[in-house]
Amino acid sequence: MIEIDRITKVYEGQIAVENVSMTVETGTITVIVGTSGSGKTTLLRMINRLEEPTSGDVRINGDSTRSVRPHILRRRIGYAIQGHGLFPHHTVARNIAAVPDLLNWPRDKIRARVDELLALFSMDPAQFRDRYPAELSGGQQQRVGVARALASRPDLLLMDEPFGALDPIIRNRAQEDLRRIQQKLGSTIMLVTHDMEEAIRLGDRVAVMDGGKLVQHGPPAEIITRPATDFVANMVGDVERPLRLLSLIPVIEVMEDGRVEGAALSTQASLRDALSACLWTGRAEVPIERDGVLVGRVTLDAIRARIGSHA
Amino acid sequence: MTLAANRIVEGAGVAAWNIAPASVTVPGIVAVLIGLTLGMSANRTRLRLSGAVLGQAGLLWLLMQGAPALLDGAGDYARVSPAVGFWCLLVVLMLLMADALAALRPGPLQRGALLAVVLVVLGAVLWSGALSDLSVLKEYAGRRDAFLSECMRHLGLAFGSLAAAAVIGFPLGVLCHRRAQLRGATLPVLSFLQTIPSLAMFGLMIPILGWVGDTVPGAQAIGIAGIGFAPAFLALVLYSLLPVVGNTVAGLAAAPAAAIEAARGMGMTPGQRLLRVEFPLGLPIILTGLRIVLVQNIGLAVIAGLIGGGGFGTFVFQGLNQTATDLILLGALPTVALALAAATVMDILVDLARPARKEIS
Repeated sequence: MIEIDRITKVYEGQIAVENVSMTVETGTITVIVGTSGSGKTTLLRMINRLEEPTSGDVRINGDSTRSVRPHILRRRIGYAIQGHGLFPHHTVARNIAAVPDLLNWPRDKIRARVDELLALFSMDPAQFRDRYPAELSGGQQQRVGVARALASRPDLLLMDEPFGALDPIIRNRAQEDLRRIQQKLGSTIMLVTHDMEEAIRLGDRVAVMDGGKLVQHGPPAEIITRPATDFVANMVGDVERPLRLLSLIPVIEVMEDGRVEGAALSTQASLRDALSACLWTGRAEVPIERDGVLVGRVTLDAIRARIGSHA
Repeated sequence: MTLAANRIVEGAGVAAWNIAPASVTVPGIVAVLIGLTLGMSANRTRLRLSGAVLGQAGLLWLLMQGAPALLDGAGDYARVSPAVGFWCLLVVLMLLMADALAALRPGPLQRGALLAVVLVVLGAVLWSGALSDLSVLKEYAGRRDAFLSECMRHLGLAFGSLAAAAVIGFPLGVLCHRRAQLRGATLPVLSFLQTIPSLAMFGLMIPILGWVGDTVPGAQAIGIAGIGFAPAFLALVLYSLLPVVGNTVAGLAAAPAAAIEAARGMGMTPGQRLLRVEFPLGLPIILTGLRIVLVQNIGLAVIAGLIGGGGFGTFVFQGLNQTATDLILLGALPTVALALAAATVMDILVDLARPARKEIS
């Protein structure tokens, strides 16, 4: 568990982060979202003490981050940044091994960990281990950057706009990968972004920052349906609110019995997908399948009713 | 070729076809002409290269055959030396060779092998005594022991000052990299040192080190005096500091900002960051600085001869005083060869230090 306790950062009289408190549960993703200058990156960098807080405290599993020296602290906290920051003169394997190397892991343990991580990120170890970063595509570089941040099994992974430099299609894939890997490893992640869509898609919790203050902190559905301030409402976007909400609800919640014709959606799909399928095919319902077997249907009326319950 | 009655007077020119019987000169002249013709072909690099080599072999042949033939019966003090035509042809052929080699883009190891071959051929030709009738080598024969000791002295000056500059310059460069204020103060001072004309710098060392030698106890015992090795060495070190410090600063700053940020974020100490990230990434630029220093110091060390520092400069200035061109060449030619060899070796090192960065296709 990460506890941020009344933390404040002042730069030469300018308040960058003001009295922010929040708790991050182990094994969850918290996305800090805000416009530039909102203090979101400063907040993140105070957790691994790349910035020293002016006042307040951060505790990881009960221990204050001030109880150890900064570079020792940082070896326990993964850090991934925009533009990956890979070392151009080291191979992929050496890049991923950077932190285990600092921690003096035995050589064969490091090698096994590197291969395990490459496989986890769908990169064939034999093929990629000895390549240099310049020989990888942008998406591959970004994956190696995240793999490096996860290499020593850190208590916490901090990510500063990790997908900012990727094009939309690769970014989608990277977000899905991150979700999958986070669930598999049970990692605790704090991620900074300016993109509310990314925040809603990835976050178990979303923290909205504005002018150095934490204005709302809660599950994505709450951010969408009950924005605490006009600023949050604005970030969510009035027009897209219903669609964003639909994207959070799995079809399974409103599925009914009954067989219908047409291309089926999986039970993993969201109501947004179901609505989209209905509009595109011109029908009032869409079949749902699990492992290739039809298990039910979702109707437009059901979708409408589900959304209406929030209004 | 030039034939002179002794080493001082101006010689008389002898055309290439008159230096020896036609049976001897014709193959050489033909080789040079064919070499030049082949060397002109614009597209075929290998042909150009072989032309240049053939031409140089022809020149060498003419030298080897011509010198003894001309000396035959010309008197004990007579001297034979290559004339303007020879030097012009040599320069043209060497340019052709350099150009062809550059177009072939040899890798670092190939270049190293090439340098070794050239040095071995050069050494073998000199060692065999085939050219020992030439005036420059006559001068060498008279000063064999001095040549060897001055050569060591020259190398000591050039490499010693390089080492000293590196020992002072690297830490200073690292400090300058870390602290912008120090950088702002240091680099202009070093640039100023660099602008002092070399003769003036060596001259300035005389009173300064003379005073140190007279006043500081024990200074003279370790060889510090107004003239000699110490002032020459110190002047070279001062000249070397700007390239070393400047390139160290530039090299360390060349690491991508995101990589530095990642290194900090993953828990590297400043020392680890320097050794594992900044230094390896800056190494090509830092080595380029050392290359500049080495080549510059090999050349500048000649001036050291003027203040008794020793080295090949001794021959150059003796030659100037005696108007003996051959003696000047005895000092100048090894200096040029040394500088070229050093530059090539350093270039190879710079290439090897560059990380493998193939672009994805």
